[in-house]
Amino acid sequence: MATRRLIDARGSFCPGPLMELIAGMKMAQVGDEIEVLSSDRGSAHEIPEWILKVGHEHLGTREENGVWHVSVRKAK
Amino acid sequence: MAAMIAAVGAVSGNRVTVFLSMNALRYFVKDDETAAPAEGPFGQLLEEKQVTPFRTLFEQAVSLGDAKLHPCSMAMDVLALEPAALEPWLAEPLGLTRFLADAADAQTWSF
Repeated sequence: MATRRLIDARGSFCPGPLMELIAGMKMAQVGDEIEVLSSDRGSAHEIPEWILKVGHEHLGTREENGVWHVSVRKAK
Repeated sequence: MAAMIAAVGAVSGNRVTVFLSMNALRYFVKDDETAAPAEGPFGQLLEEKQVTPFRTLFEQAVSLGDAKLHPCSMAMDVLALEPAALEPWLAEPLGLTRFLADAADAQTWSF
């Protein structure tokens, strides 16, 4: 059964949030969703680029009070 | 910058090979916590902001992606280092001839 997990990478600079997401993806099952919180604007753009490059599913990015929420579903 | 490129490259489906030599190698000696000096004003800023240190990024490149860090055999000889003295997540020592042959058709950066 697919799960949803939150990774709080606020305060970490690029590529920290991306690396935390990748560590989480390694442990996730196909179909699982992960939402990364990042206070780093660069990471908000970098993470979707990585998702596209490696072939996972980008579920969306939204910004709330200076924190970006990037959601991804593990596709393979 | 080398560590950032290695880490992001390795977790993005690229095979990454790093050749550690000269002044860089001493920072990969096991149990040696000597901090590398900040590189200029931007390096100081990176320290102040507690950006992920380069050693951690290189280790993540190996554990999360397809990266290999090869210590330079010449630098090991000069520093009198045995392979066992280095971080266990490093790959086997290489000489420059072998590294250049392997990297001949690859995208390369030098730092």
